[in-house]
Amino acid sequence: MYDFAYHKPGSVADAVKLLADPDAKAISGGHTLLPALKHRLNKPSALVDLSGIAELRGIKRVGNAIVIGALTRHVEVANSAEVAAAIPALAYMASLIGDVQVRNRGTLGGSVANNDPAADYPAAVLGLGATVHTSSRKIAADDFFQGMFTTAMEAGEILTAVEFPIVDKAGYAKMRNPASRYVMAGVFVSKSGGAVRVAVNGAGPCVFRQAAMEAALAANWSPDAVAGIKQSAADLNSDIHGSAEYRAHLVGVMAKRAVAAAG
Amino acid sequence: MNVVAPFEGIGASLRRKEDFRFLRGRGAYTDDFNRQGQLHAWILRSPHAHARLTSVDTAAAAKMPGVVAVFTGADMAKDNIGGLPCGWQIHNKDGSPMAEPAHPVLAADKVRHVGDPIAVAIAATREQARDAAEAIAVSYDVLPAVANTLDAVKPGAPAVHDGVGGNLCYDWHIGDKAVLDAAFAQAAKIVSLDMVNNRLIPNAMEPRAALGEFDPTTGDYTLHTTSQNPHVIRLLMGANVLHIPESKLRVVAPDVGGGFGSKIYHYAEEAIVTWSAGKLGRPVKWTADRSESFMSDAHGRDHVSNAQLALDANGKILGLKVHTYANMGAYLSTFAPCVPTYLYATLLAGTYTTPVIYCEVKAVFTNTVPVDAYRGAGRPEATFLLERLMDVAAQETGIDRVELRRRNFIQPDQFPYQTPVALQYDSGNYQATLDQALVTADWAGFESRRAEAAKRGKLRGIGISTYLEACGIAPSAVVGSLGARAGLYEVGTIRVHPTGSVTVLTGAHSHGQGHETTFAQLVADKLGVPTAQVDIVHGDTAKVPFGMGTYGSRSLAVGGSAMMKAMDKIIAKGKRIAAHLMEASVDDIEFDRGTFRVAGTDKTKALVDISVAAYVPHNYPIDEIEPGLEETAFYDPKNFTYPGGCHIAEVEICPETGKVSMVNFTAVDDVGRVINPMIVEGQVQGGIAQGIGQALLETCVYDADGQLLSGSMMDYTMPRADDLAPVSVATHTTLCTHNPLGVKGCGEVGAIGSPPAVINAVVDALRDYGVRSLDMPATPAKMWQIINGGRRMAAE
Repeated sequence: MYDFAYHKPGSVADAVKLLADPDAKAISGGHTLLPALKHRLNKPSALVDLSGIAELRGIKRVGNAIVIGALTRHVEVANSAEVAAAIPALAYMASLIGDVQVRNRGTLGGSVANNDPAADYPAAVLGLGATVHTSSRKIAADDFFQGMFTTAMEAGEILTAVEFPIVDKAGYAKMRNPASRYVMAGVFVSKSGGAVRVAVNGAGPCVFRQAAMEAALAANWSPDAVAGIKQSAADLNSDIHGSAEYRAHLVGVMAKRAVAAAG
Repeated sequence: MNVVAPFEGIGASLRRKEDFRFLRGRGAYTDDFNRQGQLHAWILRSPHAHARLTSVDTAAAAKMPGVVAVFTGADMAKDNIGGLPCGWQIHNKDGSPMAEPAHPVLAADKVRHVGDPIAVAIAATREQARDAAEAIAVSYDVLPAVANTLDAVKPGAPAVHDGVGGNLCYDWHIGDKAVLDAAFAQAAKIVSLDMVNNRLIPNAMEPRAALGEFDPTTGDYTLHTTSQNPHVIRLLMGANVLHIPESKLRVVAPDVGGGFGSKIYHYAEEAIVTWSAGKLGRPVKWTADRSESFMSDAHGRDHVSNAQLALDANGKILGLKVHTYANMGAYLSTFAPCVPTYLYATLLAGTYTTPVIYCEVKAVFTNTVPVDAYRGAGRPEATFLLERLMDVAAQETGIDRVELRRRNFIQPDQFPYQTPVALQYDSGNYQATLDQALVTADWAGFESRRAEAAKRGKLRGIGISTYLEACGIAPSAVVGSLGARAGLYEVGTIRVHPTGSVTVLTGAHSHGQGHETTFAQLVADKLGVPTAQVDIVHGDTAKVPFGMGTYGSRSLAVGGSAMMKAMDKIIAKGKRIAAHLMEASVDDIEFDRGTFRVAGTDKTKALVDISVAAYVPHNYPIDEIEPGLEETAFYDPKNFTYPGGCHIAEVEICPETGKVSMVNFTAVDDVGRVINPMIVEGQVQGGIAQGIGQALLETCVYDADGQLLSGSMMDYTMPRADDLAPVSVATHTTLCTHNPLGVKGCGEVGAIGSPPAVINAVVDALRDYGVRSLDMPATPAKMWQIINGGRRMAAE
C-alpha cells in the first residue's frame, strides 16, 4: 500500500475535523478498505481510524426501535439477545455475513456507508425501513442508498448509528456467490402492520425495493404470493458467475424463502 | 540394541514427524529466510495480453527512494542470459520437431500474456521496489490477442509467435488410424462426445518466492526457491539460462507449502534474483503476492476434445478415437509438451480391454499464462474423457453403466497387460475395487435415497468412475525415446552414523506429502532404526547428491526404491563387517531389522555395533573393506506404476438455485503397498477435494482480449470445507511387481478419479432433463440454465 498518515480520534467531532481533508478516509473494520489499499487501488492521504470513539459502539432499545452504533461488529449483532428478541431476522442476517473472521472485525457502519451492492446490511436497512444517523443528520433508508458504492452521505460526514424499527415480521434469504461468498441475490422482507417492505441486494448495482412483491405480500403475506412475480432482469448484474436472468430468477426464490423464514 | 517397535514400520499410521514444526509455526519457507543487506525485487508485469514494447524507460524509476537497480530484458541480453528452457520435445506426425519459440526471462520486444515479466525493480524494501516498478514508463503497441484454444487455430487468428503458423506448437498422434477405421467399420454402435477439460489455477497455499545470493569471495551462487525439484532447477538455470557451473550454484528448496505441479518448473523470477544478486553483490528476494500467483504460476488442464467409442452389439469396446486441442499458453513451460501427449493419450485404455486406440493432439499457443502439469497432469484429462464417454455409451446402448464397465474390464489374470497405447500394466484388480466401492457407497440402495430426496424437492444423482493412472515417472530410456531431455531416476543416500542414527539424503522433495515420516518408516522397517533416530534430508543440492524431485506420484515408487537399494548396500557391507566381528563366513550372516546373526546360532551383532566398528576401525578388515557406513544408490524404474480404483460420488441439486451439493463420496483405490495408511488417506482426500473443485467450482476465465477475469479469490472458486462431502477412503492392494516396495503412488489418484464421478453423478441427477454433455464446473448458474431450459422443453 502507499504511505498515508494515521489518526485515531476519540470523538465524532474530532473525526469530522480530520475528514475535512477530502483525500482522508475513515476506517472502521477495514474489510473493504484494507484489501483496496493492499492492491494499491486507493491512495488516501490519511486514514481516520474510528475505533477509538466509544460513542459509536453498542446496541440499545429506544422506544420501538433497536439502535445500533456504527462501530458495532457483526458478531455482536448476531449474538445480541436484545436484537434476537426484537428483530430476529436482523441477528440472523448478521450471523450470515462473510465468515467468522469478517464478523469479528467488520462493522455495521462500514458496511452501510460503503454500500457494496453485494453486502448484506443494506438489505436489512432498506428492508426494515431503518433510519441512518450521521454526524449531522438522520436519513431515511429510502433516501440513503443512491447507487453502487454511493449513499446520501456528504464528504466528511460520519455514519454514527442505524435505528431499526421493530416490525411484526421479517426474514432474510440469500444465495452466495460461489467464489467470493458475497451475496449473489438476497431478499430482506418485513411487515409492520399493513406496511410491507421487500429489499433486494446482490442482484443489482444497488440495493432496491421490489414494489410488485411488496404489493402482493401486502395483499397476501405468504411465500406463494411472491412465487408468481417475475423480477425483471433488465437492470441486474451479469458476470462470470451468473447472468442477469439467473439473478432475476434467484430474487424470486430468495423472496419466497425470506417470507417463509419470516413466518 | 535397536529394536523396532512394530507400529513404526511399513503399514503403521505413524503421526507425521514434520507436523511437529509445522503445527507450531516453526516451518522455514523461502520467504522466512532473510539475509544481511538483502534487497527486494518487484516484477513489472504486462497488463496486456499481447503487445509490442516500443519503449521501456527506467530512468525515473532508478532515481526513486531506496532503489538500487532497475533491469530490463535488454540488460539481460547484454549478459547473454538465455531463455527459459523446455524439458521435453514432441515430434509432429511428419517427424519434424515441435515449434519451440524463445521464452525470454524478461520480455525482449513483445509481451504475450497478462503477467508476462517486463522489468524488475530492486530496492531496499518491497514497497520501494513496487513504487519503482510503477514508475517504469512502458509504451505498448497493443496487438490483437487470442485466449481461447479453438479461436487460436482459426484462420486469421492473431499470431502469438512470429513464425509459428496457425499458433500450432505440434500436431502429434499415437496409434494406427487404419486399424482403428477398420474397427469402427465393424461397430454396432458409435458414441461421440465433445468435451472441455476446464483450465485450472493451482493456488498453492504458499505463493512462489525466490532468494538469490552471491558470494564474491568464492563466486558461489545460492538460490532458495519454492521448488519441487531443486536439482532440476540448478541444472536448467545453471546450464541454459545463467551459464553458472553446477559446482558454483546451490539451489535450496526448504519447506514448501504445496506444489501440485506448479512448483516443478523453472520460472523467470528464479533466474532474475540469482542474476541480480550476482550483478549487485547483495542478496535479492522476490515473493509473489496472490494476484501475481494467478497470472504467473503455470495453469493446468485446458483441453477441448472429441471422443468416439465404437462398441459391438454386446457393449464390448472395439475402438476409441480421440481428437484433442491442448492449450499451451503463451510459452512452453518446462514439461508442458509431454502433458497432453505421453501423460494423456497413453492413458486412454483406462481399465478396459479396448483393442485399438487412435489419438491426435494439436497443441496451440494462446495469449495466456503457460499451461503445464497440475496434480494428475494429463491423466485427469484422459480419465474424464473416458469415464464420461462410458456413461454416455451406457445410456445410449441401454446397458447398465456398471455392467458396461465390467464387460470391458481387463481381467485380473490378464496382467501383465499390454495396451494399444504403449503402456504395459503390471498389476491391478478393477473388479475388486469396483465391488468394494459399490458396497461402501450402497449403490444398490440409491434409488430409495433419490426418492427420499425428491420428497424434499432435491434432485439426487450417483456417479461412478473406474479409473486408472500411470505414475512413478519413469524409465529413463523410455522417456528419453519419447522426447524427455532428462533421465527420471531417483537418488537415495543412507548414512548410518557411528552411534546408529541414520540420515537419509533423498532427491525426492516433500511439500506436503509427509516424506519425512514415510521415508523414515522405510528405514525403521528395513534397518530396525526407530523413526526418531532417522532424519530425512531433502531439497538442498549442497547436501543431496542429485535428484529429479517430486511429481507424478513418484517419490515412494522411485525415491523410496532408491533408498531401498541403498539400504541393501548398507546391509551387504554390514554383513561383511559382522562376519569379521563374529568370525563367521559372510554367507552365513543373516540380517533382520537391525540385527546381524550367524545363521543357526545365537551369535548376533546390532547395527550399532557394525556402525561403530565401521567408523572406529580398530578391529576391522581395513585392507578388504573401506571404513564408514554410507551408501548411495540411483534407482531407475523398470516401468511406470499403475494405481487404479473406483470412485463413487453422490450429489443433490437444488432445482430452484441450481446449487450442487456433495452428499457422499466413496473412494476405493489400489495404490500398491501402503506404507502409512493415515498419510495415504490424507493424500487421497486432498486429491478428491481438488477433483471436486474442478468438477463443481474452479475454472479459469479469460475474456476475448486475454484479460484474466478469474484473477483473484473473489472470482476463482477454490473449494472450501463446506463444499466437500464426507469422503470414505479405502484401499484394495495389488502389489506393483517391478519395484522393491510394491508401491504404486497415491498423490494424484484423488484428483484423477473424482471429476468424472462427480459429473456423472450430476448428469444422473438431471436424468429427467435429457443432459448428454456437461462441461465442468457444474456451477449453480449452469445447472439452473439446464433445469430451466429442461422445464421449458417439457412445457412446450
